[in-house]
Amino acid sequence: MQGLKDRLKRWSGSRLFWPLVGLVLVLFFNLIFVEGFFSIEMKDGHLYGRIIDIVKNAGCYMLLAIGMTLVVATGGIDISVGSMCAISGAVMAALVGGELSGIPHHSYGIAIAAALAVSVVLGLWNGFLVAKLEIQPVVATLILMVAGRGIAQLVTQGQIITVYYKPYAYLGSFTPGLILPTSIFIVAIVLTMALVAVKKTSLGLFIQSAGINRTATRYSGINVKKLIYMVYGFCGLCAGVAGLVISSMVKAADGNNAGLGYEMDAILAVALGGNSMNGGRFSIMGSIIGALIIQSITTTMYALGVSPQVLPVVKAVVVISICLIQSDDFRRVLADLFKKDGRSQHEQVAVKL
Amino acid sequence: MSETSPILTMTGICKTFPGVRALSNVDFKLRAGEIHALMGENGAGKSTLIKVLTGVDKLDAGEILLDSRSILAKSPQHAQELGISTVYQEVNLCANLTVAENIFIGREPVRAGKIDWKEINKRAKKVLERLDIEIDVTQTLDTYSVAVQQMVAIARALDISSKVLILDEPTSSLDAHEVKKLFEVMRKLQSEGLGIIFVTHFLDQVYEISDRITVLRNGELVGEYETALLPKVQLVSKMIGKVLDDLSSFNKDKKTTEDARRETPYVSAKGVGHLGSINPFDLDIHKGEVLGLVGLLGSGRTETARVIFGIDKADCGEMHVQGNKTVIASAGDAMKHSMAFCPENRKTEGIISELSVRENIILALQAKRGVRKYIKRKEQEKIADDYIRLLNIKTSGKEQLIRNLSGGNQQKVILARWLVTQPDLLILDEPTRGIDVGTKAEIQKLIVRLADEGMAVMFISSELDELLRCCDRLAVIRDRNKIAELTGGELNEEVVMHTIAGGENNAGA
Repeated sequence: MQGLKDRLKRWSGSRLFWPLVGLVLVLFFNLIFVEGFFSIEMKDGHLYGRIIDIVKNAGCYMLLAIGMTLVVATGGIDISVGSMCAISGAVMAALVGGELSGIPHHSYGIAIAAALAVSVVLGLWNGFLVAKLEIQPVVATLILMVAGRGIAQLVTQGQIITVYYKPYAYLGSFTPGLILPTSIFIVAIVLTMALVAVKKTSLGLFIQSAGINRTATRYSGINVKKLIYMVYGFCGLCAGVAGLVISSMVKAADGNNAGLGYEMDAILAVALGGNSMNGGRFSIMGSIIGALIIQSITTTMYALGVSPQVLPVVKAVVVISICLIQSDDFRRVLADLFKKDGRSQHEQVAVKL
Repeated sequence: MSETSPILTMTGICKTFPGVRALSNVDFKLRAGEIHALMGENGAGKSTLIKVLTGVDKLDAGEILLDSRSILAKSPQHAQELGISTVYQEVNLCANLTVAENIFIGREPVRAGKIDWKEINKRAKKVLERLDIEIDVTQTLDTYSVAVQQMVAIARALDISSKVLILDEPTSSLDAHEVKKLFEVMRKLQSEGLGIIFVTHFLDQVYEISDRITVLRNGELVGEYETALLPKVQLVSKMIGKVLDDLSSFNKDKKTTEDARRETPYVSAKGVGHLGSINPFDLDIHKGEVLGLVGLLGSGRTETARVIFGIDKADCGEMHVQGNKTVIASAGDAMKHSMAFCPENRKTEGIISELSVRENIILALQAKRGVRKYIKRKEQEKIADDYIRLLNIKTSGKEQLIRNLSGGNQQKVILARWLVTQPDLLILDEPTRGIDVGTKAEIQKLIVRLADEGMAVMFISSELDELLRCCDRLAVIRDRNKIAELTGGELNEEVVMHTIAGGENNAGA
């Protein structure tokens, strides 16, 4: 019994505990109120079901959240990721081309590589504004957020490019021969890359340190500027990958609407993951859970027949509740309310005196 | 002083932090019209006692009476409403607001739904006049010196409420003249019947101004004494809990630095300067010597160190390390040449508050080794344990967050961070500021020992006697110029003072 209590205490002390509680609560709600939510079936060699949908559709949020977590950890923010998604998708679609015959202009591999290279350059641009010109991150990335839509339009020449080349759809749905959606594998690869970089090298320590006290970090001989370049560059890469997935899902590149508003969901995922927006300590796994929570809520709402118009309101309420659950102060107040004698801790101290 | 009834009584105060018993059963009494010094080493519980009193931390047990009424401040704001105001060590006002705005922020007088700026400025001026300060209250706070900012903080505290005023290390960043001014203000307030709690590390100041002294040690009350009846030596031994023998007698046996001077200096700056902070200077630092930088606050001591360590890139002159010309453009460059720099401002330039003691200690070593060669967790833990033991760092463990440590122990962690890198040149900027006597002596001894072991040490301090005690050579800096170097027989207070003050350089010769 004592051992169980200790273990429980250790779990609840973990950074991932409360984000996980949030996710479990959402899923538990589905278990009770949505029929067949957890059923999974096999069709044409692929798995289908709501749970699979959630993981698949959360893919781009997860990708964005991985990059955003590191940016937020340095005390910054990147609100241009949505636009970067659009540019990346536009570059890929433009290079593959919208031939009805389905024959690509350039090879698919080159198109993907070019799209990702452009994304990294865009990320480094953000890094340049933040590290070198020392513009506040929100303002610095706002530039690309606004301009990025225009760049995407330029790339697609103002058209929505629809791609008929078959493999183009693989990234956003299934690849023949794989049971699970392709995005799950992509997330796994990027996530592993990020986790290795953060845990197996000292990058994680340096990013935290720079996020908490930039001056002291610099004085300790760490090149903070280079660090910021790297982090924003990586965030750009993540946005680029997410952009490929988004574009692949609709088999088209829409400079105006691809990834629209995704930056907010990415930031939300980071926050729901229990990460401080002030920088410092961070957990990439937390953000992954945050992204899953967001997508679970959306899927649940659709399953319940909530109309897309009111969806944001319901989503907001759920998100606020989950944030409250994660707040130590809120839980203390709640615990005080339910105390048997109804007195708050503070008064009890006074009584003891 | 007659036994007037106390305005503030704290009895049986207990406070425990995770892993640390910060206060156990402490009593404290403050009478009206009294300046009461609160003394103790770092980690003795002074700050915690103040925090409990002002509602920053909740107390675990005990009672606080103000004017014989039991109070329990819920927050610093609540404490202020009750009549207890605090001025902290680091001035926490808004530097980019005007003086008047700072005094009235959060409680601006309103007229017809709008903030009455005329009234604010008028009243701010009046409050400051009470402290005999006449400045333009519509200027932003950062246009004034730290001393004036401190006065503004006091003025704000007084204007809100005034029964008890707490001054937490108010003099640590003031020069002698400013301290005198502060004391005048304190005496004036004392005569108006205010009770003042004065927290400081400067023994002389305690004897100059206070009526009573309460000494804490390891979270426990040692006793309350009348200042006039307690000799200084006894006070110190009460603070550190043992009889003081080696503090005053400890003295570096000054080596004949002539021998060392003939060798190539470890670092040699030739005409190095940085526009707007320090004018070009020549400076040699040899292995095995302690070089002191002396000068008034703001004279360019820190700036000299920053240029040598590459935080400010030199815009003229040449740097030589072991005789080879080199460029030092960043802290990383300096570290490649085996230099280390403990900065002056512990809080903003030293500690990474949210990281553990272990992470803080290995940070510079990790930076030196590079991103890819991540130090294994086991090795990190060993390094942390070793240095916690070596420097006698008081912490509940290596995984404790550094912000939970007392100031002196934080300083030791920063020192450990640099010692781990095994530097050949160690630059220390005010390593003993705001640190208790015991730790101070420890650090001074460490400095001398490191130099004896062959390290070059550059030591910056505002306290002349500790420089004279530790250094082989002193470089004197005035108004952003290095004006003299003193060695041997010139290393005495009179000559140094004379040089700083601008007399003939070789007055002692």
